[in-house]
Amino acid sequence: MNNRIQLKLQEKQDLLSIYFTAGYPQLNDTVPIMEALEKAGVDMIEIGLPFSDPLADGPTIQQSSTKALRNGMNTEVLFEQLKTVRNTISIPLIIMGYFNPVLQYGVEAFCKNCADIGIDGLILPDLPLDVYKNEYESIFKKYNLLNMFLITPQTSVKRINEIDAASKGFIYMVSSASTTGAQDGFGDKQAKYFHRIQEMNLNNPQIVGFGISNAETFKQATTYAKGAIIGSAFIKMLNNDGVIGIADFIKKIR
Amino acid sequence: MSYNADNKGYYGEFGGAYIPEMLYPNTEELRENYIKIMNEPSFRKDFEALLKDYVGRPTPLYYAKRLSENYNARIYLKREDLCHTGAHKVNNTIGQILMAQRLGKNRIIAETGAGQHGVATATVCALMGIKCVVYMGEIDIKRQAPNVARMKMLGAEVRAAKSGSKTLKDATNEAIRDWINNPEDTHYIIGSVVGPHPYPDMVARFQSIISEEIKIQLQEKEGRTDPDYVVACVGGGSNAAGAYYHFLDNEEVGIIAVEAAGKGIHSGESAATSALGKIGIIHGSKTLLMQTKDGQITEPYSISAGLDYPGVGPMHAHLYTSGRGEFISIDDEEAMRAGLLVSQLEGIIPAIETSHAFAVFEHKKFQPEDVVVVNLSGRGDKDLQTYIDYFKL
Repeated sequence: MNNRIQLKLQEKQDLLSIYFTAGYPQLNDTVPIMEALEKAGVDMIEIGLPFSDPLADGPTIQQSSTKALRNGMNTEVLFEQLKTVRNTISIPLIIMGYFNPVLQYGVEAFCKNCADIGIDGLILPDLPLDVYKNEYESIFKKYNLLNMFLITPQTSVKRINEIDAASKGFIYMVSSASTTGAQDGFGDKQAKYFHRIQEMNLNNPQIVGFGISNAETFKQATTYAKGAIIGSAFIKMLNNDGVIGIADFIKKIR
Repeated sequence: MSYNADNKGYYGEFGGAYIPEMLYPNTEELRENYIKIMNEPSFRKDFEALLKDYVGRPTPLYYAKRLSENYNARIYLKREDLCHTGAHKVNNTIGQILMAQRLGKNRIIAETGAGQHGVATATVCALMGIKCVVYMGEIDIKRQAPNVARMKMLGAEVRAAKSGSKTLKDATNEAIRDWINNPEDTHYIIGSVVGPHPYPDMVARFQSIISEEIKIQLQEKEGRTDPDYVVACVGGGSNAAGAYYHFLDNEEVGIIAVEAAGKGIHSGESAATSALGKIGIIHGSKTLLMQTKDGQITEPYSISAGLDYPGVGPMHAHLYTSGRGEFISIDDEEAMRAGLLVSQLEGIIPAIETSHAFAVFEHKKFQPEDVVVVNLSGRGDKDLQTYIDYFKL
C-alpha cells in the first residue's frame, strides 16, 4: 500500500507544505485550518503537536505552542479533533512534535491512532536516528507511517547517506543553522548548500524548511528541492488574520 | 552492574542524546573528543594546576565533631563551599573552559537558575578572556539580583529567558537554541550532569575530583579510603555525581541522595523528581522528570533555587531505579532547620541546597561507628536573605 506522502512526491513538483500548531489560535481551529489549507491548494500539512519545551523552535512557534497548551490542546484532544478528518481532507498529513508527548502516550498507541485517523507520517526532531532504527522502526512500518528526518548545513555526508537510507518519504532539509523562524531571505550560502545536496542525488527527495516565509524564498527553495515548508510565517498570519486569511496567504506564495 | 555511562551515554535505560539534528554536529564533536582531551597530559596539567592554585583544591575533609556528637555517627564534611566562587560548580566550568579552548571555540554560553553556575562560568571566561553569554529566566533575574550583578561585573552578558515559565528549564532551552544558531564558534557549558550525551558523563568526570580527594583524605583520617555513606543533595545532580563517583562500584558504600520536597511531596509544589517523576525526555536526555500525564514538563518548586530542576541527571535516575542509591525527600522547613543547626554547631552557614543534605540525619539513624561523608556543596552567603526572611533574623 502506497502512502499518501509517497504518492504526492511522485506526482508533483514544487510542493507547498504548511506547518501550524494544533489548537492555535483557538482550540477548535485545528480542522478548519486544515480544510482551508486544502481548499487553498496546499500539497501537504504538518500538524504541530504543542510541547512545553520546544527547544528547536524560535519565538513564534514557542508562543503558539504555549497558547495552544493553555487553550487545552493535548495528544488526546488532538486525536479527538482529527477523528473524522479524512471525511473532508485528502492531502498527506504529518504530525510534527517533540518526542516526549509521544513517549508518554506510548509510541505504539500513538502510531496506531495515527493510522486509524489516516495520518501518513511523523516528524519527531528529537527522536535520534539510531534509537528510531533500534526501537521504533518496526512499529512505524506496521502502521504504514513514514518518519521524516532532518538534515542541516552541518550534517556530514556520511550521516546524510545514513538518513537517506533510513528514510522512505522525504528528507526535511533545514535551510540554515538556526531555530525556526529565525531569518529572512536566502543568500549564497544557502544556494550552495541546496545545490550540494541536490548533487548528491539522494534516494529521497528533499523538502526545505526553516526560513521560508514568502513567494521569493519558496521559489528559491524549490529551485533546488522538491518542495518547501512554511511554519512561522503562517502562524504569524494566523495570529493577525485568523483562519479567514489563509486563502490570501497561500495565493501570495505561488 | 555498572553505574557509569556506557559509550553511548546510557546509565541503564537512562541518558543518550535525544536531540534535534541541528545539535548533532556540536554534540558529536564533543563526544568524539572529550575523553581523548581529558586524558591528554597537557590538559591534566592545566586542569590540576587551576584546581589547585585558582579554585583552592584540595578542599578539606573536615571531621564535624559537634555534629557527630549530636547525631551519634562519625560525620565528615567535604568542604566544597571553600572553592573559589563558593561552590563545587567551578570544578566543572574550569574543566569545560579548557575543553572549549582545545576545541577551538571562542564563545561560551551557559544556563543558570540561581546564578551559581552562571557566576562560575562567567568567572572562568574572565580568567581565559573568552566572550560569555549566560541565559537566565526572567523571573530568576529578579529573584537573584546579586548573582546577576556578579556575572555582569565579571564581564558576562546576561540574557533573560522569556519563554515558557521563565526559569531554569527555559534558560536551558534558550541556551540550546543559541547553540543551534551558533554551531561552530560556540561551546555550551552545561552546569549539571544533565543534557545530551556526553554532558552527564563529562560533567561527572570533572566533578569526580570530589570523591577522588575524599578517598585520599579519609585514608589519612580513618585509615580507610571508603566511607560507609556518602550524602549529597540532588537537583540536576552534579555535586552528588562528583561525591559518589569513585564509590559507585563499591556497593559497601551507601549512596544517599537528598531531593527537595519543597512544601511537601504531595503539595503540588515540590522538586522531588525521583518520587514524582516519570521516565521521559528533557533537554536531550532520557531520564526521570516531572511532567503532566500528557508529557508536558512541569515547573518544580523548592525554597532552594539550585534544586528546582524538573529532571534529574540520568546517572541518578539509574541509581534510583536500580536501588543502588537511597533517595530521601526533605521539605523546605526541614532543610532550613538543618541549615541553622549546622551553622550553630559547626560555624558553617551552608547553602540551602546543602542544608537539604544535612536534614538526612533527622530521617535516618546511623550507627555510632558509621563514617558518613556529607558533601558540603556550597556556602550560604548567597542565601542569606532567604535565611533572614525565614527565621526573621
